[in-house]
Amino acid sequence: MSLDILKEKGVPLDKQRFTWKELVQAPYSKLDDDAFTRVRVILMNGIESEANRFLHALARNVGALRREAALVRRVEQHQQTLVNWLNPPDQSVLETTIGFEQVAIEVTASVAQSEPDPYVAQVYRFGLLEDFDHLYRYSALMDRVEGKDANTLVQSYSDIRPGRPTKVEHRAPEDDLRRLYSRETASPLTKMNALTIMAGENQTHDYYMTVGPTFADPVARQLYAEIASIEEQHVTQYESILDPDESWLEKWLLHEANEVYNYWSCLRWEGDDRIKGIWQRFVDYELGQLHFVMDLYQRHEGRDPAELLPVTLPEPIEYRSQREFVRSVLETEVDYRAAGTEIGELEDSPATREYRDHVNSEGSPSEAVAAGWRWQPGTELHVARSAAR
Amino acid sequence: MPDETNTQAQRVRPLGTLANRTGFTSSSGRSAMAENASIAPVGTEGEFLAYRREGFRAAGEPVGTMPRPASVLGAATQAVSFVEGRNMAVLLDKIGERLAFERTGTRLYDTLLEKYETSGSYPGGPTREELEEIRDEEAEHFAMLARAVEQLDGDPTAVTPSADLAAVASSGLIQVLGDPRTRLGECLEAILIAELTDVDAWTGLAALAERLGHGELAASFRDAESEEEEHLDLVRTWVSARAELGGA
Repeated sequence: MSLDILKEKGVPLDKQRFTWKELVQAPYSKLDDDAFTRVRVILMNGIESEANRFLHALARNVGALRREAALVRRVEQHQQTLVNWLNPPDQSVLETTIGFEQVAIEVTASVAQSEPDPYVAQVYRFGLLEDFDHLYRYSALMDRVEGKDANTLVQSYSDIRPGRPTKVEHRAPEDDLRRLYSRETASPLTKMNALTIMAGENQTHDYYMTVGPTFADPVARQLYAEIASIEEQHVTQYESILDPDESWLEKWLLHEANEVYNYWSCLRWEGDDRIKGIWQRFVDYELGQLHFVMDLYQRHEGRDPAELLPVTLPEPIEYRSQREFVRSVLETEVDYRAAGTEIGELEDSPATREYRDHVNSEGSPSEAVAAGWRWQPGTELHVARSAAR
Repeated sequence: MPDETNTQAQRVRPLGTLANRTGFTSSSGRSAMAENASIAPVGTEGEFLAYRREGFRAAGEPVGTMPRPASVLGAATQAVSFVEGRNMAVLLDKIGERLAFERTGTRLYDTLLEKYETSGSYPGGPTREELEEIRDEEAEHFAMLARAVEQLDGDPTAVTPSADLAAVASSGLIQVLGDPRTRLGECLEAILIAELTDVDAWTGLAALAERLGHGELAASFRDAESEEEEHLDLVRTWVSARAELGGA
């Protein structure tokens, strides 16, 4: 059953408040909770981080809306805290990183299949195979440096094998820019998908940039530096799909609608009752924020938000293993390249070749970390002992 | 115009000089800094402790639970007696902890070997062969524990609650050994923490297995304990040699 976001008003903005103890709830269990609970928490932290980033940008550019932006942004800040603080402290940085890449794989795969615009769907499939490879590289790091098995987090939902090699993902900046959708003709789902994936990748980038230097091991430090650079490329790629001619209020409206959509998707799939309660609360908060912004949109732009928004939400993002889809994309598109805005069986541009050759000229951390490595249950050492017997 | 105190404080450190800046007594701003110590605080340490205690009380669920047995048959066996099932869970939890520790320990010795390769040893320090032997024994211990878990119908790939907490506790070792700036001697001081823990943990595991009626397993664990005692003796020797050299 879908949600009529034009009719459901949720909780009024002035009732959206927290205490510090409400913000810091018991985390999910790294051992006992489903991997998709972790995926949802990580993604929604990214969605809220994007809300914060966007509303700051809006305030810096639209003086007339800075008070309203501050009001909503305060709530988004606290929502982000509550969600992000659900991550447990026994989950290390590298373990959380595995979670980030699983988000990128499974959510992008789900979105790629629901995306109505074939070109945009291709962009998601292109990025997906790159994040897929990152999971493989980080898993190798976890095995070889820490003696741990990344599948204890992945829970066998996502394959751990090479994707499009990280080494060849490095492109000149102009080859990361895609064709933008038209604000006039793109479907609401196209617009929301772009916001979701852009938010996820932006948060991933920010996370790797923050935690990369906390590693001591030189291979770890270099690997994070390399993959963080790709994530910046991905943010550039996904953000370039959005039509910059959308007005600030259009963008705000779409952000809020997308936040409702995402929390509602989480609610539909969540298996942990306690966390399900959080998703429900935040569906209601986002509906309240959406209606607040709908009112602004009508007053400031003199337009009907119903022209922009879906009457009912599309099918929720699917939080389940997309293994078969990912494997089929891997088989057919792993050698695809991007040149200018186009993706396919293309040659890299001279600018990309030159850039890539230079960054890789002193060695490739992503190649080194996984040289001779393949995932095995219980790590390489588990297999070595079986071979020795 | 920056005053002399500020200029001195920000002077670039010449390579190889004694330049640790963390102490109060050698900091250039110590007189002004000392004034902070006489400012009357608001509230009491008791309030901090009480607030923190509330947080501890609000914990809710434990870190995690044990996985289900690997086979349906195992599940049926576990269901026969609550006490037997609970004892098996405790044993598997602690074996799982040791297993994870030995597996990470193998990787720590892999890292030590890399440090040896890049910077060599020191008088009284380890030989390559000694490090390799310890590394191989850690790997054998891991393999033995994995077999033990399988024999008890457990899943050796699972992270048990005790394994999870042990990994958090020992995470600093990976950081110290993996840091390119740490010398072999410094890494051995860190690995001493692992070896000290290992010996006591094996002793406890052997006693637990014995108490729960798994005599053969207990015997294997005592063999591993003996080997770990040898590791500990060696590491202690290397660390002492380093101390005598004034820190290698």
